[in-house]
Amino acid sequence: MHIPDGFLDTKTAASTGVIAATGLGVALRQARRHLPARQVPLLGLAAAFVFAAQMLNFPVAGGTSGHLIGGTLVAVLLGPSAAVIVISSVLIVQCLMFADGGITALGANILNMGLIGGVGGWGIYYLVTRRIKGVFGCVLAATFAAWCSTVLAAVVCAGELAVSHTVRWSVALSAMAGVHMLIGVGEGLITALVLAAIARARPELLEPDVAAESARSYGALVVYGVLIALGLALFASPFASQWPDGLDKTAEALGFNNRNAGAVMPAPIPDYSMPGVHWSVLATSLAGAVGTVVVFALAWMLARVLVPRSPKN
Amino acid sequence: MEANFLDRYSRLDSAVHRLPAAVKLVAAFGMVVGLLMVQAGQWVWLELSAVFLIAVTGLSGIPWRFLIQRLLFLELFVVGVALMALAQPDGIRLFLFLIAKCALCLLTMVLLANTTPFAELLRVMKAAHLPALLVTTVSLMYRYMFVAADEAQRMRRARLSRTFAAKRKGRWWLNATVAGQLFVRSSERAERIYGAMRARGWQ
Repeated sequence: MHIPDGFLDTKTAASTGVIAATGLGVALRQARRHLPARQVPLLGLAAAFVFAAQMLNFPVAGGTSGHLIGGTLVAVLLGPSAAVIVISSVLIVQCLMFADGGITALGANILNMGLIGGVGGWGIYYLVTRRIKGVFGCVLAATFAAWCSTVLAAVVCAGELAVSHTVRWSVALSAMAGVHMLIGVGEGLITALVLAAIARARPELLEPDVAAESARSYGALVVYGVLIALGLALFASPFASQWPDGLDKTAEALGFNNRNAGAVMPAPIPDYSMPGVHWSVLATSLAGAVGTVVVFALAWMLARVLVPRSPKN
Repeated sequence: MEANFLDRYSRLDSAVHRLPAAVKLVAAFGMVVGLLMVQAGQWVWLELSAVFLIAVTGLSGIPWRFLIQRLLFLELFVVGVALMALAQPDGIRLFLFLIAKCALCLLTMVLLANTTPFAELLRVMKAAHLPALLVTTVSLMYRYMFVAADEAQRMRRARLSRTFAAKRKGRWWLNATVAGQLFVRSSERAERIYGAMRARGWQ
């Protein structure tokens, strides 16, 4: 899901950059205040861990293979603020050392994978583990959250490409969301297996001071929520509404949209005037809704298999 | 794993390599932003940038074979996204334009990575007063990511030498165990590093 340079236009790159910088700033402030000094090296080592874990190939059908993305996994293990810092570091190194993910798309990638994938995934995880306790709840919640955050990040990624006029909304949404509903299943499965493996080796690592962080940092969570909502509103709402390009409208209203630097694509056909577009968006949304329920049920069964019911719980 | 397998030419000696890292970082960023602003169909700008980048490559002395291999590998991801652009009127031309534009952006970034050792980029980040915690995290990641990758390789070799090849279902389970073990070892290593850093006066 690394967006390379050249797919986003300047207004999208700039706005995602501002959102990502704000989010990263909040995360760094949060970590400076609440992260014990003892855990500072852990952030760097966790980033190195994500890099190495992404190199493990999980075989999928037909000779292809997938790998872990890791946003939700890191957020579950270290907490949301640490996850934003870790994922941003991974993205910065990948961009500057490997040219994997663009330098102008760094903001968009941090927004998609760090804020939506990491903090968003952690939010879902937190809500589920409030109701279902124990290692079972942890594995179930992380699996479900990994799937949801992967799909959500893909939808926002599609929105960023569409707002940049690189691809059309209907195509981008159904292609990205469709593919990532499958990738998300793999991500959820890997996350569950890794967490179960950690639970077997060092169960105490699964109980970080996450609850403590959320209790102490109510304000930061509100800011994260606002940033994620902003990302969703700018890049994922066009498919639900009649105006195809919320950011264009905003830019116009604020007066910094230079018209001569308009669309990459000459004379785009607005999505909503195409017959059948509503249908594809509706179908994608419906598939997403059904998928969410199915994945939750699957995650429940998977967690039951991985974490046998113990007499104590 | 060798720590320089992806930026192995970053320590050559040429006019480009000798430029200060900050200059190269800003120039590469400016180049990519400039390319972003090129509108569909304005091939002239792409051609001019291509000539400039090829001249820089020639100066830097990085082997063409290596550059082209890296570009083709990275271009795979680009083509995947660009394919979606085919599904609109005049899609072919937009598709070709996107591929060319992204290839030039990629060439810029690959050139930056291969003319500048990452440690110097870290120094630039520090000098630019980026938050210390972020710079520390990126530095530690750069220091230990190949160590972690090596550790995964070692675990893989140890397993291979003791067991038969796993079936597909087993591979998932095994890989996940390796990843879990990697995290456990990373957190243990982090504790040792913390001790070492404190012993050397870090606070």
